[in-house]
Amino acid sequence: MSSADEYSDDEIDYYDEDDEGMLVDDDESASEMELDNFSEGASKKKIYEVDYESLSQAEVEKQMKSDVDSITSIFGVAEDVAPLLLRHFDWNKEKLIEKYMDNAATVSVAAGIAPPEKAPRRPAASGGRLHSSSQSSKESLIGPRRSSRRTASAATKSSKSKVLERVTPQVHNESFVCPICFDDTQTEFLSLVCDHKFCKSCWAAYIESKVKTEAESWIACMAEDCDVVAPDNFVKQVLTGDQRTWERFHELLVRHYVSHRPDLKYCPYPSCTYTVSCSITRASLATQVPIVTCGNSTTHKFCFGCNIDSDHRPVICAVAKMWLQKCHDDSETANWIKSNTKECSKCQSTIEKNGGCNHMTCKKCKYEFCWVCMGPWSEHGTSWYNCNRYDEKASKDARDAQSRSRASLERYLHYYNRWANHEQSKKLSVELYAKTEKKMEEMQMTSELSWIEVQFMKKAVDEVIKCRTTLMWTYGMAYYLESGNEKELYEDNQRDLERAVEDLSELIESPLDPEVIKTLRQKVTDRTVYVTKRNEIVLEDTARGFLEGRWAWNVPVAGLD
Amino acid sequence: MAVSTRRLQKELAEIKNQGTPVGIQLLSAENFQEWHLSLEVLGDTVFAGEVFCLRFRFDNQYPISSPAVQFVVDDKWKAPTHPHVYTNGHICASILGNEWSPVLSVISVCVTLQSMLASCKKKELPPGNDRYVRHAPDNPKKTRFEYDDDTV
Repeated sequence: MSSADEYSDDEIDYYDEDDEGMLVDDDESASEMELDNFSEGASKKKIYEVDYESLSQAEVEKQMKSDVDSITSIFGVAEDVAPLLLRHFDWNKEKLIEKYMDNAATVSVAAGIAPPEKAPRRPAASGGRLHSSSQSSKESLIGPRRSSRRTASAATKSSKSKVLERVTPQVHNESFVCPICFDDTQTEFLSLVCDHKFCKSCWAAYIESKVKTEAESWIACMAEDCDVVAPDNFVKQVLTGDQRTWERFHELLVRHYVSHRPDLKYCPYPSCTYTVSCSITRASLATQVPIVTCGNSTTHKFCFGCNIDSDHRPVICAVAKMWLQKCHDDSETANWIKSNTKECSKCQSTIEKNGGCNHMTCKKCKYEFCWVCMGPWSEHGTSWYNCNRYDEKASKDARDAQSRSRASLERYLHYYNRWANHEQSKKLSVELYAKTEKKMEEMQMTSELSWIEVQFMKKAVDEVIKCRTTLMWTYGMAYYLESGNEKELYEDNQRDLERAVEDLSELIESPLDPEVIKTLRQKVTDRTVYVTKRNEIVLEDTARGFLEGRWAWNVPVAGLD
Repeated sequence: MAVSTRRLQKELAEIKNQGTPVGIQLLSAENFQEWHLSLEVLGDTVFAGEVFCLRFRFDNQYPISSPAVQFVVDDKWKAPTHPHVYTNGHICASILGNEWSPVLSVISVCVTLQSMLASCKKKELPPGNDRYVRHAPDNPKKTRFEYDDDTV
């Protein structure tokens, strides 16, 4: 113990010295402070950011609970009933209230709260009823049924007393055997309000299979054609001792709730249970890019408006989707065919010329034509190996179509190559981080810089990766931008950012010279500030362009006029 | 003992004691993985005089999970020509899929299929039979059927 105390004292001393050191070299920390100020400013809402809130599963459950509570108090139903009603109506409270007020009995049957024939006027009794196997004791049968005529609070009490009932020792009854497993050693039988009795282990197996293999939280009675649904408490009771299935069931309930709320979205990262709340409308997706981060990890970045699991700013969802689709489609193969082959001008078969003279005979339709001018061979007369008919109209038309497709391929490849290049560099970021880490250690050893003072390197890498993401997407967008002044300004900003990023990137990847670490630090810090600013400019200007409707597209964009 | 084994033992004992409904006969039940039953539609129907063979395959989760049921198609047996039965023997019936209930049994499935055949007025293949049969998985449970027509 004492040695640990000593150690921590040392540490405090170390930091004290360090602080002094920081205070001494004023001129150097200036740009660092600027950088800090800048990133602090980022916490305020920018034009390209949206308001959102990250919720943990517990917080979502709280929201669900308040919905359930309000329904419970409006309808005066048992606590177990309200969730089923809400789930049946996909958590649409208004619709539920309207329909329930209209015809409570029908709604109760549809929501699996009551069996069809004996739907109560007020379905207060709900949920699992446990039959102590002494079936002859009438009290246990009458008990819960009576509660259906009681008020909600009484019903809740009765469900509590049910739990007590469970604890009482079971009397083994020879006469009842579970109709599913026919296991006569089973002693505990359960049924929903429909009175279809099955043993607890069959219920458990059934619920487990529903929850785990079907990912289903709507658990209907096992009896044939019975649509009564197991309420949460019943499921909990059955799953005592199987905490994992119960937790999964709970997660399914939350997922169901989240998926039916337009202002909520589940974090798409594997096994993350966080939810993001954001009240962006469909229409505003034409001007805004709602990139959000869940509270679990800062790397869990995704778009609230579409299915892209990463930051696609500054490009709006519709354009980003179009671009990804374009890159995903086999468009390159199609374009290769287009530029390396020609089509028979008569039957449109695709022909690749891999040798021989220019006198082509289509294998399919036997049409004879000239590979150079694409015109019919018959017009060539006797000049077999030279095409002097290059300017004939028929030949010209055939070639025009060809060159158009080649130009379009070149245009696409221009943007695609740059997109792919930044994507590739981004993918190498893991290595870059490792390399930078090493460099930072080296710096600490070869110069008097402390750990905190070499963090500028990591900051620079962070910024480079962030900007590469922006750059990637700006190329996707540029492909669809109609040429003109606006596009030129856009590309100017893009070029400035790209140049700044490449400069900084080169600097942080260059080999370390112990002599000039101080100047390197100064340079890197300055350039990081500059890159951050350029990135802001691109993001802000593009976002503003969307708001002002400044961008003109060369293709129709979904959701835009 | 697995629940499926106990349950199938019980079903087998019931078949041995009480016999099977008219038109249904147990052909083989040597183990608790696969049973064969013959099915015949009695009375004046389009399948008069035809006998079919049903193959039941059970997994450990039976009866919580449904059995894989199909008509046997080989040198000896043929599948009935019915709008819900593909020529490879796969059956599109909701009780074998999303409407399966653990209280159903081998015999109750047979009875349901028997009445499905009995109510058929016209021998017809399911739409898209060829396409389905070409790509069908070995186990019909792997197919997601759409149960849209409950008239036949």
